[in-house]
Amino acid sequence: MNRHLLSAGDLDRATAVDILDTAERLDHALAGREVKKLPPLRGRTVVNLFYEDSTRTRTSFELAAKRLSADVVNFSAKGSSVSKGESLKDTALTLEAMGSDAVVVRHSYSGAAHRLAEWVHGSVINAGDGTHEHPTQALLDAFTMRRRLRGGEGDLAGLRVVIVGDVLHSRVARSNVLLLATLGASVTLVAPPTLLPVGVDAWPAATGFDLDAVLPASDVVMMLRVQRERMTESYFPSAREYARRYGLDARRMAMLHDDAIVMHPGPMNRGMEIAAEVADDPKRSTIVEQVTNGVSVRMAVLYLLLGGADE
Amino acid sequence: MNLLLRNVRPYGEEPVDVLVDDGVIAEIGSGLAGDEVVDGEGAVLLPGLVDLHTHLREPGREDAETVESGSAAAALGGYTAVFAMPNTEPAADTAGVVEQVWRLGRETGLVDVAPIGAVTVGRAGTQLAELGAMADSAAGVRVFSDDGSCVADPALMRRALEYVRAFDGVIAQHAEEPRLTAGAQLNEGVVSARLGLTGWPAAAEEAIIARDALLAGHVGSRLHVCHVSTAGSVEIIRWAKSKGWQVTAEVTPHHLVLTDELAESYDPVFKVNPPLRTQVDVDALREGLADGTIDCVATDHAPHAAEDKESEWGAARPGMLGLQTALSVVIETMVLPGRLSWRDVASRMSEVPARIGRLAGHGRPLEVGEPANLVLVDPQARWTVDPAALVSKSRNTPFAGRTLPGRVRATVLRGRLTSRDGAVLPGFGRQVSYNRPGDQNRVGARA
Repeated sequence: MNRHLLSAGDLDRATAVDILDTAERLDHALAGREVKKLPPLRGRTVVNLFYEDSTRTRTSFELAAKRLSADVVNFSAKGSSVSKGESLKDTALTLEAMGSDAVVVRHSYSGAAHRLAEWVHGSVINAGDGTHEHPTQALLDAFTMRRRLRGGEGDLAGLRVVIVGDVLHSRVARSNVLLLATLGASVTLVAPPTLLPVGVDAWPAATGFDLDAVLPASDVVMMLRVQRERMTESYFPSAREYARRYGLDARRMAMLHDDAIVMHPGPMNRGMEIAAEVADDPKRSTIVEQVTNGVSVRMAVLYLLLGGADE
Repeated sequence: MNLLLRNVRPYGEEPVDVLVDDGVIAEIGSGLAGDEVVDGEGAVLLPGLVDLHTHLREPGREDAETVESGSAAAALGGYTAVFAMPNTEPAADTAGVVEQVWRLGRETGLVDVAPIGAVTVGRAGTQLAELGAMADSAAGVRVFSDDGSCVADPALMRRALEYVRAFDGVIAQHAEEPRLTAGAQLNEGVVSARLGLTGWPAAAEEAIIARDALLAGHVGSRLHVCHVSTAGSVEIIRWAKSKGWQVTAEVTPHHLVLTDELAESYDPVFKVNPPLRTQVDVDALREGLADGTIDCVATDHAPHAAEDKESEWGAARPGMLGLQTALSVVIETMVLPGRLSWRDVASRMSEVPARIGRLAGHGRPLEVGEPANLVLVDPQARWTVDPAALVSKSRNTPFAGRTLPGRVRATVLRGRLTSRDGAVLPGFGRQVSYNRPGDQNRVGARA
């Protein structure tokens, strides 16, 4: 594996499968233990550098690092580096001077993780950069799909995934499209045309505007969060119209085949992109499972990046 | 003391000796003698370059550039005149500020600095600045622009175009429909989609150019389009010219060679406004410059302090250095491939910009009796761009590490050498003080 995890596009098939396999192994190693802790990263320091509020992602990384016995420092820099006064570069140099082995960075600017990787010697893990990427989210999604639909082994060849919603502003969508293509799945993006980026044709994914048309032939439906503010920017006329055309409700869920699953990276807008009865469906919804799997996958990433495999 | 340029080739043609005396070309012939001699060794002699578009950052951001340091960069790049954009702090929207910039240029004495006046008060786009007062000032402003911002209000733009006719002025428009570029970071297309950077659509430039061309045609005014960056813009300008309207346009060196794929590094040294576009656009711009649709090359020299570039892409300021690399980029992209002759280079980089800016004494023919504003360039010599060796106070060149053709051997302003073989020579005015210790291009250092 490379020194950093900046983009899901950096992962080839073998590396991606290795991360998923490692996550399974770590998961099994912890299962049934009273003390949920393994020793491989003892003495290593992981810094969570979060320029955006994200309790769930930060907590997930924190748990992952602690379960591998790493020391974890939460460096919360609320607001942008600019408004805070200290530049990202100065912050990077500070972390470097403190001897961090890995920096997990969440930032509102696309490319912030790439920039950081130029300024620190340790590993950088992109925990979401602007509207660019969120590679560990894609990994945990792939892990969840593999467990549910491929017996927890191999890649995702032939899997049919539809990703629905605000693709334009979604780092989850970008990372998922790249990783799913690498793992052999076929991806269809469904969104109002306003929320698909100009240039999406170059992505390894099909696009469409009609959700009903693609649901019967889908194994996975991934709903993206749609911010209500998009309405005021004229991306769509109203929440009601959005829900009607692109929301996943009980009627649409009934169009799926028996084994198909429903995913959402959270946090959800219930009643907007996803109806409560779908989100809470015990058979199809993997939303809570995704959170659990997130910790396992992030453990695997930290373990592989920080050379735990060599010890 | 006179100056002899020996064995030089005017417009790349037959070698001659050119004797300069008392600020003018005194004699052109062979076997001439002079007091101070520059052996051109067959280098190409052109009228001194004229840049319609620079940001010298003074007053307000003297940490990024000053009139002095920008003038030095210009002299090294072969320029004898530069127009300075008014997006300073405060904005150059009054006679007082433009006269200050003009005076700083005179005192430095390395190039003629022609201030551009803001079109609107504070460049805020709501109320006309006192354009007449700036025109009547010692600076004699003829070019007006809110560059950095677009004069977006169509009624205000129409009035500005009309108003400056009284003193033969021109509005230089930064064509960017702001409602289409809110938060924009990079050309909207395949690369912006992949990088998750908010797109800057070509249509936002083209829509304004079309609108302004129609307005200029309607009221019979002069419109100049800054930094044309898209293939569509070239088409629209070609159409406007076919109507006989007084529309001129410039292209930057960086838009002639760089594309948006460079943003994949997320290094903001490649962030600029308008943004780097695609190869299709680059090809169209080269063609437009070759066939005269685009009238001239202007650098949009935009120095930025390190902290404004060593940041996240989205937080960085847009802009690139250009004065010291422009001629080399034009030689590489236009002259060596045979798209422009040296006569064309003289036209696109000196004569036409001087005419658009109504700047007397520059862009003149290489003839006896004409002002001795000259540049001598060796098109064979290649050099590698080292940001640390540039004389600008900033380092944000997108060409770092690139090897480019064309070295400026000498620049002459009104008969005096202002640069020679990479060294800045002292100006007419006071001793300047922008140099860092150990700088080989130090003002006052003799080659």
